[in-house]
Amino acid sequence: MQATAKDTAELRLGSLEELEKLRGELRAAEDPNHTRIIVCHGTGCIANGSAGVTEALKAALAAAGEDIAVMPGIKTTGCHGFCSRGPLVIIKPKNIFYQQVKPGDAEEIVQKTIKAGEMVESLLYEHPQTGEKIETTEDIPFYAGQQRVVLANIGQIDPTKIDDALRAGAYAGAAKALTNMEPKQVIEAVINSGLRGRGGAGFPTGIKWNLAAKHEGGQKYVLCNADEGDPGAFMDRSVMEGDPHAVVEGMIIGGYAIGADTGYVYVRAEYPLAIKHLEKALRDARAYGLLGENILGSGFNFDIRINRGAGAFVCGEETALMRSVEGKVGEPVPRPPYPSDKGLFGKPSVLNNVETWANVSRILDKGADWFAGLGTEKSKGTKVFALVGKVNNVGLVEVPMGIKLREIVMEIGGGVPGSDHFKAVQTGGPSGGCLPWQDADLPVDFDSLIAAGSMMGSGGMIVMDDRDCMVDVAKYFLGFLEEESCGKCFPCRLGVPRLRETLNRFSKGQGTVEDIDDLYSLAEAIKAGSLCALGGTAPNAVLSTLRYFRDEYETHILEHRCPAGVCKDLITYSIDPEVCTGCRACARACPQNAITGEKKKPHTIDESLCIRCGMCFESCKFGAVQVQ
Amino acid sequence: MAQTAIDIDIDEIIERYPGKPEYLIFLLQDIQAAFNYISSEALTLVCDHTGVPESQAYAVATFYNSFSLEPKGENLIHVCLGTACHLKGSGLIAENLMRRLGLDGPGTTEDLKYTVETVNCLGACALAPVAVVNGQYQPKVTSPKLMKTVQKLGDE
Ligand SMILES: Cc1cc2nc3c(=O)[nH]c(=O)nc-3n(C[C@H](O)[C@H](O)[C@H](O)COP(=O)(O)O)c2cc1C
Ligand code: SF4
Ligand code: SF4
Ligand code: FES
Ligand code: FES
Repeated sequence: MQATAKDTAELRLGSLEELEKLRGELRAAEDPNHTRIIVCHGTGCIANGSAGVTEALKAALAAAGEDIAVMPGIKTTGCHGFCSRGPLVIIKPKNIFYQQVKPGDAEEIVQKTIKAGEMVESLLYEHPQTGEKIETTEDIPFYAGQQRVVLANIGQIDPTKIDDALRAGAYAGAAKALTNMEPKQVIEAVINSGLRGRGGAGFPTGIKWNLAAKHEGGQKYVLCNADEGDPGAFMDRSVMEGDPHAVVEGMIIGGYAIGADTGYVYVRAEYPLAIKHLEKALRDARAYGLLGENILGSGFNFDIRINRGAGAFVCGEETALMRSVEGKVGEPVPRPPYPSDKGLFGKPSVLNNVETWANVSRILDKGADWFAGLGTEKSKGTKVFALVGKVNNVGLVEVPMGIKLREIVMEIGGGVPGSDHFKAVQTGGPSGGCLPWQDADLPVDFDSLIAAGSMMGSGGMIVMDDRDCMVDVAKYFLGFLEEESCGKCFPCRLGVPRLRETLNRFSKGQGTVEDIDDLYSLAEAIKAGSLCALGGTAPNAVLSTLRYFRDEYETHILEHRCPAGVCKDLITYSIDPEVCTGCRACARACPQNAITGEKKKPHTIDESLCIRCGMCFESCKFGAVQVQ
Repeated sequence: MAQTAIDIDIDEIIERYPGKPEYLIFLLQDIQAAFNYISSEALTLVCDHTGVPESQAYAVATFYNSFSLEPKGENLIHVCLGTACHLKGSGLIAENLMRRLGLDGPGTTEDLKYTVETVNCLGACALAPVAVVNGQYQPKVTSPKLMKTVQKLGDE
């Protein structure tokens, strides 16, 4: 590994010119046509064993030694978004895309692809519908339909090397802002870009900055919300892991614009790799003089600190987050005063989401007009979504605002396994709602989603099929919010559990149709009386599922049936005698000894003993266990 | 993974941060990481250092899910109950594991061998359902697979 300047000596860049000179040198030193092996080292691929793949590739290259004319470099990167296919290996410059690579494949990759320029067929992506093998990243529908702005460098750069980030253009936006623009002009640019916050509410970023900037002089703060509380989403994690400098750069720009000398990043503790990469980015940026005193000779001083979250969803709310940074219990406080007037430690503060900050870097680099040219009239730019659930291509996708839901799920996502449609798509996390297949042509932007009874949220997008129960989903989110409510105001503390209990009864086949109507009035009371949006949006899960799937609720209540086969009290497990081989796997797994049968003969389940734990279902290799 | 109180010097942890209230959570996190729980002695030391009243420190330690005031088991198992994992049946997986270990809910077994906790998303949703056993991610986990892994730990 070649030692970079920052590892050995301080290399403080004193001006914009010095930064651009270094960038030029770094770019010149790297031949873009040189073969390079990229191995994904994002959380997902590491969990799938990519570190072992890297080691094996290194060994295979070393063993091939002199047979290879120009030894390719190996680069480890952040998440490529397609974690479900990991570990991923990409060979540059052709972008040959290998998926589910195992250490044992390294030898073949080196011998065939590196030495002979041939494909390893078995590692190529296969189109889920046509079965066609696809060779390069660009041709895989999952990537072809995306527009990567925030994610542009992720998967291209080694996030632990600032030189690599600089090569890709990092800090150009900050340098421009600090050396050629007045703070006012920076705010104007952000306003003109039309950027709206990516953390959930979609508040115009530039306008928020203006509110804090108007307090002249004195201590101010900028903060980055990296709490990513939405359960089922990992956009912010990927950005911090894969391109931490984009966040750092955005915060420098924000600090300059509002006149803050200190920034805080509040990262959830479940993201150790993101924290590690951020810490490295901060150290390297300091060494280059991109953080600290007199950044790039501009006279502007700014530094960033990291706070780890301690596991409380409500701390994603802005006022609670600030209390938590102060070392206190993370409870929301009433607004006004708004954080832009009295925020962290009582000082004017601006909090933005990770993705918002990363967008700021791009806007200052490429211009407000360029950004305003992406997306729709009122929702500019792109949005990163975590596309998960019952979809063929599970992963992280970035798309222009206004794209149709259908395009995301059915084209980029490759559709729903075993079906030509989705039953529902849940967006907006616990505050959001479910959109039905009828809404497949809905443009995905802030305002259309709200009109349809859901919301953008931070970017969780969960695809559901006929095996997912809408009552269960609503119950799940309410249970989540009940647990995470800070308990400060009583409509939230008492109302949310009441909603959940009602749904609990429905999921047992109890309750009446009148109970459904009561849900509406309870929902109104919770919405009206809650201090923060946790309570204020909690009823959405119920309201949106009732809006589109009321019949499913009624089936539970009136017919005591869960059509999706999910609600535990309404299902039965049985064994299909035609399929059962009598292997006894289920009988061994059953904690209740409810399964009997002779060896090699079809088995049966004694329903009176069954506790519906699903162990038999999971242990049967032949799919003989059925749920009804 | 689990280190005993003897290995680590609590004073060394305390000295990592300036004695200001805003470092309360930092200190609690480092103590939690080092000892797997926060003893009342440790809490007192932290309060002396930061100047935070004990009642307030206690409120903080109980408010946040990642702090535990009781010792945890030798083996720490997290089952993700985030949305993506929930839809892939992680609720049942957690229940089954707890039943197998004789737990009524998340918590620690009497012999202090295992602690089972649930988390709301580990950010590895594409690999749902996910569990983490002693820091090791278990992608696309099933009840039988997880039980086998846990069983092995017990046999060691
Ligand atoms: C209960 C609750 C949880 C929230 N969690 C998050 C979160 O995890 N990440 C986030 O960026 N915003 C979250 N928000 C929104 C923040 O309060 C705030 O609006 C946002 O961080 C502002 O940044 P933006 O303008 O860039 O979107 C949450 C809000 C509420 C009410
Ligand atoms: S709405 Fe709920 S979470 Fe928000 S402040 Fe009130 S009790 Fe706490
Ligand atoms: S669901 Fe559980 S209890 Fe019921 S038969 Fe299957 S393994 Fe036994
Ligand atoms: S972690 Fe490798 S693709 Fe996401
Ligand atoms: S929902 Fe389980 S990892 Fe995200």
